[in-house]
Amino acid sequence: MEQKILDIRDLKREFVMGDQTVRALKGITFDIKAGEFVTIMGSSGSGKTTLLNILGCLDKPTEGSYHLDGVDVKSLDRDELAGLRNTKIGFVFQAYNLLPRTSALENVELPLFYNKTISADERHKRAIKSLESVKLAERSDHTPSQLSGGQQQRVAIARALVNHPVMILADEATGNLDTRTSYEIMALMQELNAEGKTIVFVTHEPDIASFSTRTIMLRDGKIQKDSINTNQRSAKEALANLPESDDY
Amino acid sequence: MAILNLLRIAFLALQRNKLRAFLTMLGIIIGVASVIAMMAIGEGSKQSIRSSLSGMGSNMITIMPQSNEPGGVRLQGSSIQTLKMEDITAIKKLQSENINGLSPVVSTSGQAIKGAYNWPTTITGVSTDYLNIRQLKLKDGILFSERDVKSFAKVCVLGQTVIDNLFPDGSNPIGQIIRFKSIPFQVIGVLEAKGQSNFGQDQDDIVLAPYTTVQKRITATNYLQSIYASATTEASSDAATVEITKAIRESHRLTAAESDDFQVRTQAELINTISATSSMLTVLLTVIAGISLFIGGIGIMNIMYVSVTERTREIGLRMSIGARGQDVLMQFLIEAILISITGGVIGVVLGIASAYLVSFLLNWPIMISESSIIISFIVCAITGIFFGYYPAKKASNLDPIDALRYE
Repeated sequence: MEQKILDIRDLKREFVMGDQTVRALKGITFDIKAGEFVTIMGSSGSGKTTLLNILGCLDKPTEGSYHLDGVDVKSLDRDELAGLRNTKIGFVFQAYNLLPRTSALENVELPLFYNKTISADERHKRAIKSLESVKLAERSDHTPSQLSGGQQQRVAIARALVNHPVMILADEATGNLDTRTSYEIMALMQELNAEGKTIVFVTHEPDIASFSTRTIMLRDGKIQKDSINTNQRSAKEALANLPESDDY
Repeated sequence: MAILNLLRIAFLALQRNKLRAFLTMLGIIIGVASVIAMMAIGEGSKQSIRSSLSGMGSNMITIMPQSNEPGGVRLQGSSIQTLKMEDITAIKKLQSENINGLSPVVSTSGQAIKGAYNWPTTITGVSTDYLNIRQLKLKDGILFSERDVKSFAKVCVLGQTVIDNLFPDGSNPIGQIIRFKSIPFQVIGVLEAKGQSNFGQDQDDIVLAPYTTVQKRITATNYLQSIYASATTEASSDAATVEITKAIRESHRLTAAESDDFQVRTQAELINTISATSSMLTVLLTVIAGISLFIGGIGIMNIMYVSVTERTREIGLRMSIGARGQDVLMQFLIEAILISITGGVIGVVLGIASAYLVSFLLNWPIMISESSIIISFIVCAITGIFFGYYPAKKASNLDPIDALRYE
């Protein structure tokens, strides 16, 4: 049996606001195995963001259990969660969240600064390798303002890869990009997935979900549908099939 | 390793905002520079007052007669005749290591005459120690000897003012005879000019002769106006004062109930009184400069707060990729300290430069003390920590979820 990267059992998350209790997640159970490319879909208010925060170890469940790579997240304190994020998760955000006026290389190096076990030399080598894997090695000294949106997102993906995470967690990573660039990013994601990376991709676009191997639909704090994608589209082909008129 | 990483993170963060970092530093730079310049100027004027007072003999101890109200009537000091040669003998008997010079002073004013010229001056009868005590130097000739003192020799040493007035033609006064109150004195030495004292007295209007000669041939008295002594070092002058007081009290046969009929004053006391005034001025200037340093610190706090708010998303990102609360705290703290210390270094350089500029342009004495540099540097670092802590704490307490989505 394949290794479980992520194991969620009856996960609940409630927020107390004044005298009201908002139940954002009402008991969710699923697991993700190594090498899967999962999209989590849902409309706004479905609990998608809450789930993402918990998956990303930014938040802890009220009830239920969450094991990430064998670690019980619920038992960890603030600092231990930070350590877990540093070593096991690679974040990719909708707004890229790169540091302004900082070179691509330094942006990619950033997570390793918070890992004491990595030397400056190692940090540098890994950052360059990471940039190479997103095909931006020649732009390593460019600052975000000198890069296009797609390139910025690729730098952000390189940053997510640099700490060799067990899972890449993308939050609407194509939300700010046009179709063509979105497809390029998805092609990159598929490539990384083919190399064995586990990817969890949160999106609300069915189009994007069709590039993954599995889709989890959330609705009203519960899983509505959890289906294996039998006919996964290739982002490369989709890119090739885009009408020329889009290409101005 | 971790701290090195944090230093680098903080440094890179500052580099992204060079102008702002510099403007924040400006408060510290001005504060430190003015503290150092003010202290240099204040300390310099204190030193210059001190050194001109020491020129009069900083180890000098003056013993003056004083009324001890024998009959309930206070008498003026100069009319009291309690100091005698026996007192000097008593002090000499101590053979104290704290005292290295002792001279009686008998003086009287009168007209000095040389041929067609005359000049109103004061003749001071002293012993051979006097020159050392007062730190006077001979320009020409010699000082009278112990033998001259014993033999009531009619010899004298003149100050420059007296020479200018008695020998206006510039002829060599050595060997010449002048008359003071009709007594002829042979000039055997000339003193180096000393100029005015701090109190505007002409220190060169002086005729020195053996005290025995003055007592016997001019004043016809056997008491002393005062006694000058010198302590071995400035530090030993307090001990010397105690010893002298004891010796004179014994010599005057004063009982424990009776108060002193003389007073002992050290030059050090005078110096302390005067430098206290200038110290006060230094403190005042430094306090003003310190206030500007404080304002500089508030500037740091202000900017760091703005910076934390503005960089909320950055903080969120850092936390999401593994920065712990304390990493963020340290980053902002180190940024604040880097700003204040860099500002401090520039301030020190600028402060020293402006102190030298003042001394060069206005010709004011300056004195840059190491302590002022060290103190202002430490104050800088503390300012950075103190004013940087709260913004840094605020940053470290942010919730990464909120921070990431902060608009």
